[in-house]
Amino acid sequence: MAVLLAASPARPRGRLRALPACIFLAFALIPVVAPFVGGGYLVSLGSRVMIFAIAAVALDLLVGYGALISFGHAAFIGIGAYAVGILSVYGITDALVSLPVALAVSAAYAFLTGVVCLRTSGVYFIMITLAFGQMAFFTASSLAPFGGDDGLTIAARNTLAGLPLLRNERAFYYLVFACLLGTYLFCRALVGSRFGRVVRGAKENPVRMATIGFDVYRFQLATYVIAGALAGLSGFLLANATEFVSPAYMSWQRSGELIVMVLLGGLGSLDGAIIGAAAYLLTEEWLSRVTEDWKVIFGPVLVLVVLFARGGLIGLTRDLARRLARA
Amino acid sequence: MPDAVLHLEKLRKSFGALVVTDELTFDVMPRELHAVIGPNGAGKTTLINQISGLVAPDSGTIQFAGRDITALPTHARAELGLARSFQVSSILPGFSALENVALAVQSRAGSSFRVLGRAAAEAALNDPAMAALADVGLAERAHIPAGELAHGEKRALELAIALAMQPKVLLLDEPMAGTGREETARLVELLRRLKGRFAVVLVEHDMTAVFALADRISVLIYGRILASGTPAGVRADPRVVAAYLGDEME
Repeated sequence: MAVLLAASPARPRGRLRALPACIFLAFALIPVVAPFVGGGYLVSLGSRVMIFAIAAVALDLLVGYGALISFGHAAFIGIGAYAVGILSVYGITDALVSLPVALAVSAAYAFLTGVVCLRTSGVYFIMITLAFGQMAFFTASSLAPFGGDDGLTIAARNTLAGLPLLRNERAFYYLVFACLLGTYLFCRALVGSRFGRVVRGAKENPVRMATIGFDVYRFQLATYVIAGALAGLSGFLLANATEFVSPAYMSWQRSGELIVMVLLGGLGSLDGAIIGAAAYLLTEEWLSRVTEDWKVIFGPVLVLVVLFARGGLIGLTRDLARRLARA
Repeated sequence: MPDAVLHLEKLRKSFGALVVTDELTFDVMPRELHAVIGPNGAGKTTLINQISGLVAPDSGTIQFAGRDITALPTHARAELGLARSFQVSSILPGFSALENVALAVQSRAGSSFRVLGRAAAEAALNDPAMAALADVGLAERAHIPAGELAHGEKRALELAIALAMQPKVLLLDEPMAGTGREETARLVELLRRLKGRFAVVLVEHDMTAVFALADRISVLIYGRILASGTPAGVRADPRVVAAYLGDEME
């Protein structure tokens, strides 16, 4: 044991590396097995899960690693989605244009609001991110030329360099897969980097970080912008998946759902955010078929998970793995 | 005094009606160990907080290395070479001791906006951090989460963090607070070894430690400097004995 401790300068993660591998393998195989089980339904459900997983991973950067509880994260999804919708109204339907625009606009909104939000902390941060989220929601609702309350139907999915690639369900699925994988790997590198270490340190003790010489605010702002842009990516994909954009994408309920996903899966692990997004959406899918009042069942389940499985589903699996290893 | 590395001029701070720093003028020479002693509530910690930028003075100026830093935020002061420890250990409990120190090295090195490459595996950060840990005798505890260290080890870790910043001035706010006799002796020995690498402002209640280490001692009472001078001079000053040392030396 002593030898093992001495030889591992960072936290030992060997066993858990298997988890993300399993997650991505499962996602990769869904279109392969879909023809035998659920067909197209399974593929579109899978891509929906992955799209929200991208936003949840981004939110985990803020909540799990930065202790910045953003209650307006859905706004960035909506902004990314509206970028696709509004551009398509003007006949711009290529992803090579709409994707960079979606990323840039959501990053810009994150920067402008982050400059204000990050002056506050704790409950005030939650409230002010909520306020900016609602501002985006009401702005979208009042955009009469782009559907207002009713939302905006997009004529067709974006083309990719002029090719209608994304209209193929399977090709679209693997594009979403690649985006999630890219997001995950980027965020994984980020949290372990010099930059990520400062962000994690600021979560533990911001005063200490300042007296060491770090302007914590700048690092948090950068993280906020990165998370906003990644949610914008998720919105870009969501608009293409549903061929529809609506103010509901940025409602505060949606922001709350994203927080629930991250909590349910387990904070501050990135893997947890993906598992949480999958667990949330699959439970919703399944329970809503059993009963219309599915939230009456889901609510208590969530309370139980938060109470008894500290660390969410990922903490639960970790405990189980440990117990199995001991047995 | 033109060549003081740290110079406070007529610093004043009050919390409501309570004046905690009263027109205080104070300086620290390069490589000097300047101890600040005084009874509880004399305004010692508030003084350290104003120097490090956590509390803003109502009036007066703070000059550091020839620059007016009165309006600078805490992190900018740290970047200029002003390090501090806290009365109640202020560390990152979830980080290993090594990571705590490596962060200070990283701050010194700049380029903290790097988002790629595992910081935990960087020799450029870990080697100087290990050296600082070895300096304070914590090398063997490098991989223990800082929150799990013993009290005295946490005090030593705070020192290692400060050392890794390669400061011009180190502000120590009661580094011996809560440590046992043996640990105190070890910390005094350590500070004696570090003395001369940089200037130190030492706030401390342990008079044995203060008189063993200080080049100069200032006695702070009700936010004012009552007396300032060499240890021998201060010890002999009748005002100091009457106001403070009389009780402490028994």
